[in-house]
Amino acid sequence: MSDVKTLTTKERLAIAPQMMPEQDPLVRITNMEEVACGFTAEQVMAEASRCLDCKNAPCVKGCPVSIDIPGFVKAAEVGDFAKSIEIIRESSLLPAICGRVCPQEKQCQMYCTVGKSLKDVEKSVGIGRIERFVADYDRAQGNSSIPNIAKATGKKVAIVGTGPASISAAADCRKAGHEVVMFEAFHKPGGVLVYGIPEFRLPKAIVEEEINTLRKMGVEIRLNFLVGRTRKLKDLIDQDGFDAVFVGTGAGLPNFLNIPGENLVGVFSANEYLTRSNLMKAYARGEAETPIYQSKRVAVVGGGNVAMDAARMAKRLGAQEVHVIYRRNESDMPARIEEVHHAKQEQIVFHFLRNIKEIKGDADSRVCEVVLSHYKEGEPDEQGRRRPELIPGENSTMPMDTVIIAVGNVSNPLIKQTTSELVTNKWGNIEVDESFETSIKNIYAGGDIVSGAATVILAMGQGREAAAAINKRLAK
Amino acid sequence: MNKITDVKQLSENVFEMTFEAKDICRERKAGQFLIIQIDSDFGERIPLTIADSDEENGTITIVFQAVGTTTMKLAQKKVGDKLENVLGPLGTPTHIEKFGKVVCVGGGIGVAPLFPIIKALKAAGNEVTSIIGARNKELLIMEEKVANHSDKVIVCTDDGSYGIKALVTQPLKEACENDKPDMVVVIGPPIMMKFCAETTRPFGVHTVVSLNSIMVDGTGMCGGCRVSVGGETKFVCVDGPEFDGHKVDFDNLMARNRAYTSHEQESTHKCRIGLTRG
Repeated sequence: MSDVKTLTTKERLAIAPQMMPEQDPLVRITNMEEVACGFTAEQVMAEASRCLDCKNAPCVKGCPVSIDIPGFVKAAEVGDFAKSIEIIRESSLLPAICGRVCPQEKQCQMYCTVGKSLKDVEKSVGIGRIERFVADYDRAQGNSSIPNIAKATGKKVAIVGTGPASISAAADCRKAGHEVVMFEAFHKPGGVLVYGIPEFRLPKAIVEEEINTLRKMGVEIRLNFLVGRTRKLKDLIDQDGFDAVFVGTGAGLPNFLNIPGENLVGVFSANEYLTRSNLMKAYARGEAETPIYQSKRVAVVGGGNVAMDAARMAKRLGAQEVHVIYRRNESDMPARIEEVHHAKQEQIVFHFLRNIKEIKGDADSRVCEVVLSHYKEGEPDEQGRRRPELIPGENSTMPMDTVIIAVGNVSNPLIKQTTSELVTNKWGNIEVDESFETSIKNIYAGGDIVSGAATVILAMGQGREAAAAINKRLAK
Repeated sequence: MNKITDVKQLSENVFEMTFEAKDICRERKAGQFLIIQIDSDFGERIPLTIADSDEENGTITIVFQAVGTTTMKLAQKKVGDKLENVLGPLGTPTHIEKFGKVVCVGGGIGVAPLFPIIKALKAAGNEVTSIIGARNKELLIMEEKVANHSDKVIVCTDDGSYGIKALVTQPLKEACENDKPDMVVVIGPPIMMKFCAETTRPFGVHTVVSLNSIMVDGTGMCGGCRVSVGGETKFVCVDGPEFDGHKVDFDNLMARNRAYTSHEQESTHKCRIGLTRG
């Protein structure tokens, strides 16, 4: 452990932000390894020393699960990584995952006093990167400690889905001493963490380890079980002896654009493209039996993180050119700045204020060209974002062989369709009260199935709140 | 789980396999299907139709043709082996009621998923005529089972080696002309379903087809199975697999089913090496 000098605020503000070591862009587009390699211990301590330990801790307000951020950052500053991770684990189950995929610049780091003083959110303390380091450090030590489990209550809780919301709900219900069974439709647990987020952004070994912690806690995970079809939701309570159910089935149904040519061969939802390449490992040619389309010129439609993931995956799978087409301007992109930056480094070409209007196919119904309509920035909308305004008659075409549609997901309607009493809103999201209970007693829901497509950490936060409500109900 | 209890070879590369699947057995209805994956790490998830089930023993029976990597590996499984991943029942069940006179048309391996529908329609009090066809006698499957639940069975083979020498569209057309059915159900290769739908269209007979498209998850998540029905995009896995045959864009379906032809040729070549049975 190093000596900590008492630094003044001025001195702390003068410390340069640590640069995240990364794989060279031209190397990384030829492999699936993680892009960001992670800080060294020295870097973490230096980065942590930039934190001013503000009394009011504005960063914590930006965290959906209210991690004691100054607490873990200050422990990291003095090299007490064990204490640091312990502090995080009090509030978050998945630090190695959240340290990688949370949009910190829109959460904790957005409120960081350092970033505000330096007038640049990118110069805020790298909270996420410190979190990632201490989580990885802990794992490397083999310290994946299992939380204490209360005495068995004899109550049973079913968790539908195994994504972030479900993982946190399962852990908290199990900690309270209930028997917990998770139901997953796929052959592997983890939800979007395994089918959606690519290996180069979130190594699957990390997800597996977090899931194994649940198993070690005594949570049972039943794979290949689609609630709604393999068993009706209500039967879990009425027939199978569960006392409460948490539904965390996420936003899994891909939106399409309803444009001509969308069903041509070579047009994919980002979900399909990413599922083939992540969960089904289609990148491992010769080993994986699931095929992936052989592309040379790929157009990705959309401006979110999923669009970035799909574009960067296409590049890694051997596409010569990958073009991102987005209806608004660069500053309006919902994707994380870091992901856009990485994509640009990887030679992804961006076309702003353009939208795909039509996809044209050859004689074999395979994609050969896209037609784009052009937009300009119009009047600002209520949120101040300038509305894209169509420039009539102005079109362009680009030769393409693959189109990936990444314009968002909506909730999967299966549970609703097979559970008539369940109340949903006009977008198909399940309606819940303030304790995350649905219109059916003892059935709770949280995560994207309630709030629409959002982030891993928000889903986790809701999973925890729902679990707290379930535990309270079952304690009666 | 999913322990295989019986395997039969029905023809050169068509197999009938029965395995334990209590949960699926309890919920399954006519018209639904499964997703099977042999190996969790690198295996492909493929949709397979349910041919029958036995509630007493909690078993499901599938009939499949060993044509791709997964089905060839499946064909090598023996009684006592376990299937690593089986998900189901998937898809919207067939709408069963008393329609009156119903003609059920099955081509090749399509007779297998048609059988539970024939059984359910017959049990609902319909007068069922079944037309089943294959390229030759050797490839014709489940004739006896179909006959046990139909009022009338017409067998067609392309080469005339058994039954009448005709395509299934011929007796279907005759049925429409002579004794117009209230409904027709067709399951078989897309090209056959397309021509059956064209056969019944001029007679205005409602024609249900069951589509088998490329899928990954089978739960509505990927959209790989999408098909154009009456100008609208539908997902075969959740909106189907059954649709109004007069509205399906079969040409698009067939093109989409060919998306990975080159990949498959490569991998089945590798796979045939070592295929002992069939």
